[in-house]
Amino acid sequence: MTKIYGTAAEALDGLLHDGMLIAAGGFGLCGIPALLIDALVESGVKDLTVASNNAGVDGFGLGKLLDSRQIAKMMSSYVGENAEFMRQYLSGELELEFNPQGTLAERMRAGGCGIAGFYTKTGYGTQIGEGKEVKLFPTGPEGQPEPYILEQGIFADLSIVKAWKADATGNLVFRKTARNFNPPAAMCGRVCVVEVEEIVPTGSLDPDHIHLPGIYVHRIIQGAHEKRIEQRTTRTREEA
Amino acid sequence: MPWDRNQMAARAAQELEDGWYVNLGIGIPTLVANYVGDKDITLQSENGMLGMGPFPFEGEEDPDLINAGKQTITELPRTAYFDSATSFGMIRGGKIAAAILGAMEVAENGDLANWMIPGKLVKGMGGAMDLVAGVGRVIVVMDHQNKAGDSKLLKRCTLPLTGTGVVDRIITNLGVLDVVDGGLRIVECADGVTEDDLRKATEATII
Repeated sequence: MTKIYGTAAEALDGLLHDGMLIAAGGFGLCGIPALLIDALVESGVKDLTVASNNAGVDGFGLGKLLDSRQIAKMMSSYVGENAEFMRQYLSGELELEFNPQGTLAERMRAGGCGIAGFYTKTGYGTQIGEGKEVKLFPTGPEGQPEPYILEQGIFADLSIVKAWKADATGNLVFRKTARNFNPPAAMCGRVCVVEVEEIVPTGSLDPDHIHLPGIYVHRIIQGAHEKRIEQRTTRTREEA
Repeated sequence: MPWDRNQMAARAAQELEDGWYVNLGIGIPTLVANYVGDKDITLQSENGMLGMGPFPFEGEEDPDLINAGKQTITELPRTAYFDSATSFGMIRGGKIAAAILGAMEVAENGDLANWMIPGKLVKGMGGAMDLVAGVGRVIVVMDHQNKAGDSKLLKRCTLPLTGTGVVDRIITNLGVLDVVDGGLRIVECADGVTEDDLRKATEATII
């Protein structure tokens, strides 16, 4: 049985339904599954809930799915780079659930590990903690009780992620900070589709250097990626 | 003369101790990296990197290598990459010695607001709530007053909170203050600023 598919559309075939929950990897525009996002736009699937740290920028990444009004709700930690997002949110067209970045990552990881909930200090005493169960644990100095809030694992219908290399069995290697949310996002989906820059022969990746084992990966496509830089910052050689 | 941005960053750099792992926020905190001198400081970027290097030379930018502000950066010999869940594991787990962050408001009880202005600004908290909940020491670098001249060091925060009772030390353009029982305590005044000036510019209780 092969995990390798020819195109993003083929890789998503049979996996999509309106109202589904999709977990997407990426941080800003770094390491986003841009080809799979394009295929979601083409598919016309709608009323999506998307768990992703960011919401893309206008006209690129998840911004395309916002432009086409296919997203009903975002679960994110930072959405400041997208004017269309802001417009839809402020007009009430789009639901937004803010998650602290670490809580979002851990909710994905937990879902992928079969953990339905966990307690974290993050967000206690803020809007994020409102309505959530609070429990004291003796983690303070000399065992003093400290308050934690209950957060739930994310169990997504579909994960879409981007990696650098895959072998045919789905073992993945990521590159630099393009790893970011991709492993936890991959883990929390019932089905995970990954797009990579290169599919390499099975056996050519060092088994000690696999970042995410292929058990989490169900379908793979290879494609050419447009990698955009959001904030191009440089220094001159004289400064160095 | 009150401190300028670079003087505030230089003062904040004095807070860091040799061997520390540190997370720097966006804005003035980012400048702190320029003033660590000979100290062995490892910078964490919460998108998944320890050992953050300087900006790349022109033409050497790598879209796969950015910091939490989405700026292109470089790696160092000591650099390690990891995923976001691991990154916030080390933040929440207390492995990061200090975070230096910006703020919109700080209250005398250490409450911090730096992520949202209701009805105006919908951007999100990013990693700020996790950082203030988990790191060893939270140092805030901010202007003492807003553009209208009102104190940003308050008795109570008016904006949605990032964390409650989380701030340890505040470095402003006017000086350095610690959050202690009962209010704020002046640690140091900026050059040419008197304690009286500081008190007049501050709404929060100074003990």
